[in-house]
Amino acid sequence: MDYSSFFQMREEFSLLAVMVFLLIYDIFAGEKALKYFQPIALVLLIAHTVLNCVPRDAFHIAGGMFQYTPMQTVVKSILNMGTIIVLMQAHKFLNEDANRIKRGEFYFLTLSTLLGMYFMISSGNFLMFFIGLETASIPMATLVAFDKYNRKSAEAGVKYILSAVFASSISVFGMSLIYGSTGTLYFTDLATLITGTPLQIMAFVFFSVGLFFKISLVPFHLWTPDVYEGSQTNITSYLSVISKGAAVFVLFTLLVKVFGNLVAQWQPILYGLAVISITVANVFAIRQQNLKRFLAFSSISQAGYILLAVISGSAIGMASLVYYVLVYMFSNLAAFGVLSVIEERTGKVRMDDYNGLYQTNPRLSFVMMLALFSLAGIPPFAGFFSKFFVFSAAAAQGYYVLVFIALLNTIISLYYYLLVIKAMFLNKSENPIETVKSDFPLKLSLVVCTLGILVVGLISTIYSQISLFSFGM
Amino acid sequence: MMLGLFLSNSRKQLLFFMTVGASLLMIFSAVLTYLYFIERAAGNVATMIFTADTVWYAPFNIHYSVGVDGISVVMLVLTSIIVFTGVFASWKIDPLPKEFFLWFCLLSSGVYGFFISTDLFTMFMYYEIALIPMYLLIGIWGTGKKEYAAMKLTLMLMGGSALLLVGILGIYYSSGATTMNILEIAKLHIPMKLQYYFFPLTFTGFGVLGAMFPFHTWSPDGHASAPTAVSMLHAGVLMKLGGYGCFRVAMYLMPQAAHELAWIFLILTGISVVYGAFSAIHQTDLKYINAYSSVSHCGLVLFAILMMNETAATGAILQMISHGLTTALFFALIGMIYGRTHTRLITEMGGLMKVMPFLGVSFVIAGLGSLGLPSLSGFVAEMTIFVGAFEHSDIFHRVLTILACSSIVITAVYILRMVGKFLLGKMQDPHHEHLTDATWFERISVVTLLFFMFALGSAPFWASEMIHNSVLPVIGQLIK
Repeated sequence: MDYSSFFQMREEFSLLAVMVFLLIYDIFAGEKALKYFQPIALVLLIAHTVLNCVPRDAFHIAGGMFQYTPMQTVVKSILNMGTIIVLMQAHKFLNEDANRIKRGEFYFLTLSTLLGMYFMISSGNFLMFFIGLETASIPMATLVAFDKYNRKSAEAGVKYILSAVFASSISVFGMSLIYGSTGTLYFTDLATLITGTPLQIMAFVFFSVGLFFKISLVPFHLWTPDVYEGSQTNITSYLSVISKGAAVFVLFTLLVKVFGNLVAQWQPILYGLAVISITVANVFAIRQQNLKRFLAFSSISQAGYILLAVISGSAIGMASLVYYVLVYMFSNLAAFGVLSVIEERTGKVRMDDYNGLYQTNPRLSFVMMLALFSLAGIPPFAGFFSKFFVFSAAAAQGYYVLVFIALLNTIISLYYYLLVIKAMFLNKSENPIETVKSDFPLKLSLVVCTLGILVVGLISTIYSQISLFSFGM
Repeated sequence: MMLGLFLSNSRKQLLFFMTVGASLLMIFSAVLTYLYFIERAAGNVATMIFTADTVWYAPFNIHYSVGVDGISVVMLVLTSIIVFTGVFASWKIDPLPKEFFLWFCLLSSGVYGFFISTDLFTMFMYYEIALIPMYLLIGIWGTGKKEYAAMKLTLMLMGGSALLLVGILGIYYSSGATTMNILEIAKLHIPMKLQYYFFPLTFTGFGVLGAMFPFHTWSPDGHASAPTAVSMLHAGVLMKLGGYGCFRVAMYLMPQAAHELAWIFLILTGISVVYGAFSAIHQTDLKYINAYSSVSHCGLVLFAILMMNETAATGAILQMISHGLTTALFFALIGMIYGRTHTRLITEMGGLMKVMPFLGVSFVIAGLGSLGLPSLSGFVAEMTIFVGAFEHSDIFHRVLTILACSSIVITAVYILRMVGKFLLGKMQDPHHEHLTDATWFERISVVTLLFFMFALGSAPFWASEMIHNSVLPVIGQLIK
């Protein structure tokens, strides 16, 4: 057997190398060298991102187990960037005495989930896909319960692992039905073998639950607010952006590649899910006082908006989806970055605590405002463009009513985003949050996010580049 | 380019830069007008001139394309006048002056961009850019129940823009266009059945901003709570975005549906005209009176547009300018008076003419302009509208026109009542005896606005000629 083809999985191997190196370094390095652990890790990750950011031609190896398309490089780079930003934001937290000892694990677990997502994205077979999905979820549960002496965190971990396992078991059941009805698990074969028999439709429904859970669409969202609230804020942002982004991308490719013949069945399903996800999440978000729960619901509704691109099932939808994920990553990470720094220094996460934040922390509140405006889809920030493209992808397929419902929901979402802005800028407070100092990596990450929010929309080449690869998917 | 200049000027906290920026804007629009005339005189008959076009988002055929015709030119002139006077009216803004002017600039850039864009996407984008600074401007620097008003205004206008976006996407995809340029789409035909859906959406979307009944409720609260300069810009220019958009997008691109469905909107706008005027009678707060009067006058703009003939459409655009100037003057004066008396209730004031003659006289002139006294701008505009509207000879249009005409009388009632109550008569509050008249920067603002009101009222030819030429393509589309 020719093993050289394995090395075409360049991204995966490179990430694996970084992971193993960090693990060994963490175990064997002395006290002095450990000081440089985080900078080294970040530099290695940045090198990994830069080295693997050029898309190659499509190929498949291992008999179709592993399928590569250029678009995957784009998505993986986005995930890499997001991970780096999250790790930069976690820098201070991990340098604290209590967490120092667990630092290596934090990196290793985070990167394992990332590796799992890589495999999930590039899979060409349902088994491969399942391995990827599990690699992405199980370390995630440990991360959620990272702060194990904190009751909420431990509770969140249990909640996450139980619901994740439940969802993926249903998903596996769906896969078994697919195998039963067609006799294969390879995506390329399935595209023609799936013809729309009732068994296959059932299989699809069961299978997709696993992904819907990851994307946290209503009604598979119930774990989201609790887990988001319980876990450490940087993990929350990782969950809400990276893991969601990967899952949405996979959902799209699978729907088009494998279930292309079931289009008449999955479009109405997704239609319904999009409508209830957006609406329910928005209505619930209005009443949240804890900002982490608030952002949890906001991220559920954002996932609903992404579904609009998925429904369109077209090349333009694909490009809009990836673009949306990119913009969403910048905006959400900016919001979580501000949240995490304030929570860490002062322990405050309630909305009333943010009253008068502009007086004491003008920069942080400015970043937060940009992030929220971008999430709400206000021009000239990037969120406006990504929303517009997603809507137009759906409108191009004639889903005007869906677009209309989504737009009505943007008004609700604007309302609750404005509530936070109102708290920061308009409300007066007796004892506002004192001026917090942010460390250099965090500042850098916020600057990157802010630039992303401001620039990604106005410079059209980014979108054009993404859409170049969208035709092969 | 112009926007860049404007923004970079305002970054500096100093009022000086703001003034320079605004004056440059004035000069710019004057030059623009001049060039426009030269170009037209040279025989250029293209619909839009000074066009520029760059591809922005190729996959969606989105271009960044700009261009102006007579209507946009006069609207730009109006905007620059109001921005200029608005800066003087908010000379002493407090607290956070820097932030105030930054948002103010963003707001004006949005308005400017809207008037010069000829691409549906950029137009929509600028429309939204103009909306969002309002929230913070009203929320932070406003008066009264400002948070409620700011939220109401923002959400209602966003609601309008949601309708609008569906309309725009509908227009783009159903016309099968390969560009989002308005002029190109106008050459195509949108299937009748789809026009029936998208015309009401687009028209209502813009109509919300134009304070069309029953979507006008944001306007009184919003205007009453906003700081002076923002009220001026908002009532003076932003509400015109609605009328401009209805005319330029909804009716231009979907003429058949406009013909079929005009009666519904005529009734709605007719209601706004009369209802707005009646509501104004009932109010005692100066800003509310003026806000309802704006509802009534802006209703008249939409009403005239829907009459779909040259004269009425020209009148509509004239009315936009005239109302823009008058209402800006009103809001400026009310702001100045409120700054002195600290009340806006006409029942608590009286005899102010004695202590502040300059402001008082200006107020009376503004009032007369609003009720349509000849030689002031209101007369020209309203006259043209009603003459145009009367060209229709069927009963439906006649009756509505007569009803709308009656609003002039009602306007006279509330204007004269307001002036009589708080400017003339006996002094209500002894504290008011020691109030001072306008300062120099306030005078600049007021005199500029008065000058343009007189200019438009006594010599409307330059404007109406420009407008008339540019109205023709749209009307041609409608008559076809």
